[in-house]
Amino acid sequence: MIRKSDKPLQITEVSLRDGSHAVAHQFTESQIRSAVRALDEAGVHNIEVSHGDGLGGSTLQYGRSLIDEMKLIEAAVEESKQSRIAVLLLPGIGTVHELKQAHSLGASLVRVATHVTEADVSAQHLHMARELGMEAIGFLMMSHSAPVAKLVEQAKLMESYGAEAVYVTDSAGALLPHQVKERIEALRGSLSIEIGFHAHNNLSLAVANTLVAIEEGATRIDGSVRCLGAGAGNTQTEVLVAVLQKMGINTGIDLYRMMDLAEHIIGPMLHRPQEILTGSLVMGYAGVYSSFLLHAERAGKRFGIDSRDILVELGRRGIIGGQEDMILDVAAELAHKSKSEVL
Amino acid sequence: MGKMKAAIIGSGNIGTDLMYKLERSEWLELTAMVGIDPNSEGLERARQRGYATFSNGIQGLEENPNLADIVFDATSAKAHVKHNEVLQRMGKMVIDLTPAAIGPFLSPVVNMGQHMDARNVNMITCGGQATIPIVHAVNEVANVSYAEIVATISSKSAGPGTRANIDEFTITTRRGIEEVGGAARGKALIIMNPADPPFMMRDTVYCEVEHMDEARISAAIHAMVKRVQDYVPGYRLKQEPIFDGNRVTTFLEVEGAGDYFEPYAGNLDIMTAAAVRVGEDIARKGVHHS
Repeated sequence: MIRKSDKPLQITEVSLRDGSHAVAHQFTESQIRSAVRALDEAGVHNIEVSHGDGLGGSTLQYGRSLIDEMKLIEAAVEESKQSRIAVLLLPGIGTVHELKQAHSLGASLVRVATHVTEADVSAQHLHMARELGMEAIGFLMMSHSAPVAKLVEQAKLMESYGAEAVYVTDSAGALLPHQVKERIEALRGSLSIEIGFHAHNNLSLAVANTLVAIEEGATRIDGSVRCLGAGAGNTQTEVLVAVLQKMGINTGIDLYRMMDLAEHIIGPMLHRPQEILTGSLVMGYAGVYSSFLLHAERAGKRFGIDSRDILVELGRRGIIGGQEDMILDVAAELAHKSKSEVL
Repeated sequence: MGKMKAAIIGSGNIGTDLMYKLERSEWLELTAMVGIDPNSEGLERARQRGYATFSNGIQGLEENPNLADIVFDATSAKAHVKHNEVLQRMGKMVIDLTPAAIGPFLSPVVNMGQHMDARNVNMITCGGQATIPIVHAVNEVANVSYAEIVATISSKSAGPGTRANIDEFTITTRRGIEEVGGAARGKALIIMNPADPPFMMRDTVYCEVEHMDEARISAAIHAMVKRVQDYVPGYRLKQEPIFDGNRVTTFLEVEGAGDYFEPYAGNLDIMTAAAVRVGEDIARKGVHHS
């Protein structure tokens, strides 16, 4: 592969944040400690720790954390010798207060995430991150849902607020390889900061799409060991490391250590295998926010309807990340409709 | 008793929508609109409708002290601090639609009576106006230990001020849920949805209560919705409240009156409608200090 960027790759492990969705936000402190210790020893550059919906995400809307994320961040900082501890912040959910608190506990990098068309809500938090001396990164979620020109425009806004990198975030796992290519290519031509890529494996394209992104010049890459992330999870980090190594791209990450921690540390944390079952597949196919998976399954059970119908309807209505309340609402409406049809 | 004279500072979206609502008021008589941009659409519309207009900001009112007894400020938190100093010196009653929060937080159906003597009142946030009445209603009958609200608005209805200061929304709304709604603890989330056609304002209110009584809580919610409909006719329950253990979830939709904003922008409409209601309550009680 001939990469279109000469900057080194930086891998961010997101299982301890994105994976929070897959375990219904039930991470324990000892799980975080053992995972961070092993990831740090394996040489992973950044490790993200937060509620799945970012700082302040522990709510009735998204699910409450078993353990306060600040405790988990503190524990992660204590365990890590080289890896930087990252946090996620979604403006509208978390505020600069939580960001300052995470920073005071030792988090040194923040990804400020907005829907792909709403970058201007991130100005406050990106500015604050820079002021605090944290690395500030923009995260454009549901990147599949906007035209390329819109994505570029929004990424440039984040750059203007001080972002040091901007991610194409495929929250629904809906992007196809050629769509990843055109997005990264367009950003490379318009930004002077680094470009990142965050995948979901709902269509089994996460590794393939990540390779396309790297080839096109993305240098900030997210992965989750054992695909421990929302929906079908993310680019499987240990697999990506192996593939890159075969391609002659050295990430500086120890492959055997990654395999071992995948088997012995992250594996036991999974509530169920992260395979692509119907729910995730539908999300990738219909372009629905991956974190909705467990919520839609619960709502389907509660109202006695097929969770696929809920997910497809959410996609049809243009429901975006963070609107988990609409899942119950749509489910109740669909249940009501099917009842009256029976009558 | 004649109508009480009112002026608007701020010729942007909120100020312009306020103008149309004040035109219908039986208790308030709009006399003037103040802006800082002589070419603003709001000032032009006000001029066309025969109101006094000033494009030199608060100075316009200072030089014409008898134009109004009650002043609505729809500018920004920063500007409001200055405006309020001048207006208090002039003895005016001030209704603040900015996030400045100098005066007490007010929801017309919750705590209007407690602040009849205040000379500056604050309208909290759009999400607060839509959800605090429900939190209060549930709290009255069931004691709310925790309330969480999710306000979803269309991207098109969120102005640059709101966007640049989104933390002000979440923090101010949370305070309102606790201080006015009565929840022991509160949390507010806001989401801007870019769907086209635009998303009608939606609010979801989760309450955890100490005394679960489904029938009483449900009746209290329905009664409160009716009271809010008195000034926001498009305020409604999207479906019956959902009960789950010690939790009740209320799904609301807010359709605006379509004065200056499109009906989907219920978030903007409920702010201006609530502010007008507060102004009318003040006028009705004849609280003249000037």
